[in-house]
Amino acid sequence: MRVLVWITEGSWQPCVDQARALTPADAQLTLLHVAASDVERLADHPGPERLGRHRKPPKDEPRVREIAESEAQALLAAARERLGRDAETVSRRGRIEREVLEAAEGFDLLVLARDGRPSREPKSIGHYARFVVDHAGCPVLLVWAQTPPGLEDMHWPPHLRR
Amino acid sequence: MNEAISLVALAASLTAAVARWRRAPDWVVAAGAAVVVVLVGALSFHGARTALGRLGPTVGFLAALLVLADGCRRAGLFHALGALMAFGSRGRPSRLLAMVFAVAAGTTAALSLDATIVLLTPIVFATAARLTTSPRPHVYACSHLANSASLLLPVSNLTNLLAFAACGVSFTRFAGLMALPWLVAIAIEWVVLSRVFADDLRQAGAPTAAAAMQRPTLPGLAMTVVALTLIGFGVSSIVGVAPVWFATAGAVALTLRYPPESVTQLISSAEPTFLVFVLALGVVVTAAGNNGLSSVVDSLLPHGQSLPALLAVAVVSAILANLVNNLPATLIIVAVVSASAPAGVLAMLIGVNVGPNLTYVGSLATLLWRRIVHAHDEDVDVVEFLKLGALTVPVTLIAATVALWLALQVL
Repeated sequence: MRVLVWITEGSWQPCVDQARALTPADAQLTLLHVAASDVERLADHPGPERLGRHRKPPKDEPRVREIAESEAQALLAAARERLGRDAETVSRRGRIEREVLEAAEGFDLLVLARDGRPSREPKSIGHYARFVVDHAGCPVLLVWAQTPPGLEDMHWPPHLRR
Repeated sequence: MNEAISLVALAASLTAAVARWRRAPDWVVAAGAAVVVVLVGALSFHGARTALGRLGPTVGFLAALLVLADGCRRAGLFHALGALMAFGSRGRPSRLLAMVFAVAAGTTAALSLDATIVLLTPIVFATAARLTTSPRPHVYACSHLANSASLLLPVSNLTNLLAFAACGVSFTRFAGLMALPWLVAIAIEWVVLSRVFADDLRQAGAPTAAAAMQRPTLPGLAMTVVALTLIGFGVSSIVGVAPVWFATAGAVALTLRYPPESVTQLISSAEPTFLVFVLALGVVVTAAGNNGLSSVVDSLLPHGQSLPALLAVAVVSAILANLVNNLPATLIIVAVVSASAPAGVLAMLIGVNVGPNLTYVGSLATLLWRRIVHAHDEDVDVVEFLKLGALTVPVTLIAATVALWLALQVL
């Protein structure tokens, strides 16, 4: 069984813990991180929106792309260590939803964390995870990033209230 | 005929700036366009010289500010600010965003939008990445605040510098009148960004690295030079020395104390091509203004200092900034609104400074161009930016202009 575990900065720890706990011991795990290219583009040298400004970041300063790559590798390494199992790591860069869906091709299971509100609400799945869940071609294991509140604390819609 | 030629010259300069052709850099095209408008008589030689004489000191001021900011970089100020933001965040993304807001708003106000874009934003990206938190909210905050937090001082944005003389107020009065609009703009950005990016600001699990960090120290000399320069700006009208000299003194001090690697590095930190572009654009816009553009803009803009008039000026300025980018918009409008200075000029600045956040790319023309030429440019999340712009810009335009109107009643 080939399992892809998509980790993000905000939820990698619970995501890794639950992937380890909930997948078979003989599953082949792959850890995936995606760096958002639009954020890198915005953080790097000014684009054409800054009319007439061309200045590249000074040569002796670290480049945004290099920082992003080294931090992604560090995060993946930390995640593999926390996993405590043999796992491949994959670092991709681009538009997040698209990269995750493309990376998930050929896997038997995709593990990802709910990255929305930590409550039992419709928005418990964030923007990117929502798209991935909607479009993933393989089964998806959606784990809570934080302990969810009990059923008694849930905000029921009127037609479901007792 | 002159009307058509000067409009074509303006369009050519803007197109070159947006398209970024390697073989025809925008500053060369703009300089060529400026020469053409003079040669064909759309602008007299005398008129061009007057325009350059008016813009020269402003561009020199900008150069001094750019060198000053780069001196701060060599002194390690921005790295120290990065460490300070990481320390202050205690590893919590929402606290980091608050630190980013404070630092980006301060940097933009004191050292200009250019310093925030080129020198601070990469540091903010690195700081967020090293704290293992999504850099998205923090980088978008820098990008937005570079515009909306550039209201406070004449030095915060080139648009302010270009309009400062037309304001007819002292440096301190400018700051006094714009303080409330500046705070209002930042507050609105905070409310919107911290909600829109709430998912990215949530951290499950233990906060990382930052918890064990030591409080970093800021480079004292650079901070002192910046503080003294700002004080110099403040007292400039009292002691009768133009603010540009204080900026120059600050730039020289930091250059001597933290010498650049080479003369080339020093020159490139002043962005000479940008300075030429601004001068040339000023000449081309003057020609277009003299040949009918000013009277068109004049007929669009209300006059007077009433609240509705100021709101209309801010909104029309924001729209024009989104159509043709805010530098040419400022150059076009400032000649018209200087009659109702300072209120009209300051309202215009709210429009041209806050307005560009509406369209991600700075202007509609850029947006269209990029859609056509870089149809597969996946590096731009236009939807995200348009959403943020729609949520912040209209509200900020109105609230900041009302704040300006209130400040004008009191001060």
